[in-house]
Amino acid sequence: MSDRLAVRKTYKLYVDGAFPRSESGRTYEVHDARGAFLANAALASRKDARDAVVAARAAFGKWSRATAYNRGQVLYRVAEVMEGRHAQFCEEVAAGEGLSAGRARAVVDAAVDRWVWYAGWTDKLAAVLGSANPVAGPFFDFSLPEPSGVVAVLAPQRSSLLGLVSVLAPVLAGGNTAVVVTSRERPLPAVTLGEVLATSDVPGGVVNLLTGDAGEIGPWLAEHDDVDAIDLTGAPAGRALELERLAAGSIKRVLRPPAEEPDWTADPGTGRMTRFLETKTVWHPIGL
Amino acid sequence: MTHVLDPGTLEAGTRPAPGSGAPFDDVTRSDAALRAFLHGLPGVDQVGAEQRAATLGTRSIKTTAKAWAIDTAISMVDLTTLEGADTPGKVRSLAAKARRPDPADPTAPAVAAVCVYGDLAGVAVEALEGSGVHVAAVATAFPSSRASREVKLADVRDAVGNGADEIDMVIDRGAFLSGRYLEVFEEIVAVRQECGDAHLKVILETGELFTYDNARRASWLAMLAGADFVKTSTGKISPAATLPVCLVMLEAVRDFRAATGRQVGVKPAGGIRTTKDAVKHLVLVNETVGADWLSPDWFRFGASSLLNDLLLQRQKLRTGHYSGPDHVSID
Repeated sequence: MSDRLAVRKTYKLYVDGAFPRSESGRTYEVHDARGAFLANAALASRKDARDAVVAARAAFGKWSRATAYNRGQVLYRVAEVMEGRHAQFCEEVAAGEGLSAGRARAVVDAAVDRWVWYAGWTDKLAAVLGSANPVAGPFFDFSLPEPSGVVAVLAPQRSSLLGLVSVLAPVLAGGNTAVVVTSRERPLPAVTLGEVLATSDVPGGVVNLLTGDAGEIGPWLAEHDDVDAIDLTGAPAGRALELERLAAGSIKRVLRPPAEEPDWTADPGTGRMTRFLETKTVWHPIGL
Repeated sequence: MTHVLDPGTLEAGTRPAPGSGAPFDDVTRSDAALRAFLHGLPGVDQVGAEQRAATLGTRSIKTTAKAWAIDTAISMVDLTTLEGADTPGKVRSLAAKARRPDPADPTAPAVAAVCVYGDLAGVAVEALEGSGVHVAAVATAFPSSRASREVKLADVRDAVGNGADEIDMVIDRGAFLSGRYLEVFEEIVAVRQECGDAHLKVILETGELFTYDNARRASWLAMLAGADFVKTSTGKISPAATLPVCLVMLEAVRDFRAATGRQVGVKPAGGIRTTKDAVKHLVLVNETVGADWLSPDWFRFGASSLLNDLLLQRQKLRTGHYSGPDHVSID
């Protein structure tokens, strides 16, 4: 042991490309899987969520209009920076989820690979999901996927990195912007992901990470008129139905949570991307 | 200096002729006397003013008080469009919004006035007929005030002729900054006479006056010349309305009423975009000059985007959940 003073950590939120404290000034203690103190994290309030939605809405225009190719490049760069933080992620995942060093490394590898996989999808979505429709009239008729808008994501409570990446990346790949409420007990990989996003090319506001309680903030996001969709994966047990009911008032897209938190290492498929895409159909008259 | 007179002693609707603030008749008799008076005003403690404004800005206004503040602020808004691209159609849609800011909620109060360029005042008057919403027109070569006296007065005549019942004039900052105070004074008096029955708001453009001392002097100058309102800014210059400047101007109108018995309104304009900013200003008014000024007759916000934020906050209070920009009009 050296006799250096410990650098004590109080982490902040990641909103609009900056790292603010919670508006409420609240923090909470984060413990590792065995109950030892790890760090302090900001406990986000409903007003932080409100600010995050404003930031996400402001960022939506530019991010959704970026070419799919460019979005893919930006997301791939995130994976590059994640790779650079590999050791830090391993440490945090191992501590938070109580995994051995080897298991933690496998989880982080899978998370980076998952991000790369979704980055590759950005410019293929239109080709796979779009179509040229045969119609009985003098029209070119084609359908294209478009992003839903601002998506609120209640991230998985247990899988703090692979789960987070698996719910966040598909939202971004389609061109949405995201307000994420992280795992309450295991927020540190999300905090580090915020630092990764801040130092990569993702524009501020496209991703907003709120460390805190999904049970507290979830209802405000579900009811918020300016949120277009909500992913309830990390909703507190038994409260998903209530949140879905609140979301009905503003006709949100809702992704219902699975009964049990799934095995995130399995092939994710395209379902998480398609849930947050709308189909636009264009009828173009053929010259007469 | 002390302080507020009994508001009951003020007769509603009386407006003394320009320059008849009896204690100050002699200070406007010559340039030298006016300069001596304005420079004899107590200096503003810059650090103190900023600190005071910042402290009052931390007041927490919640629930029923917030609901009252939001409705009061809406009723104080001078809904403004001052763009080169303004059209009669845009003014009409702004007028519709002024009458009924939230079409989904008839309990939302109407705004105080619509503020346009003089040539469009007629359109606004027609669109607002019978609504009680005033029509304000900017005049005197807004926003620079760089024109000859004749042109400025013609500008005022035109706006009044088009039916504007409030005139927002800009002072000649060039003359003010080079110390030709009497020239500025006489210009305001001349405009005051052109206005007839219309209310006169005098824009000081504090962003170009640089110091709080100048803001205080310009406020006194405008009030001595017969202004009904002193207004911070045109909105075309940054910084526009700030809390400390508003504080200095509020102190000036308070002291002026104490000295002369005549009450003058204050209108911060430009840069006030959020409900929070508006509420801070209301707190400042209440704490500086008291509740007498907390009415659209004596305090106004010159703003355009502020109204939408007030409406969003109002919807939040009514429904209990956050609203979004899809639920207010784009203007």
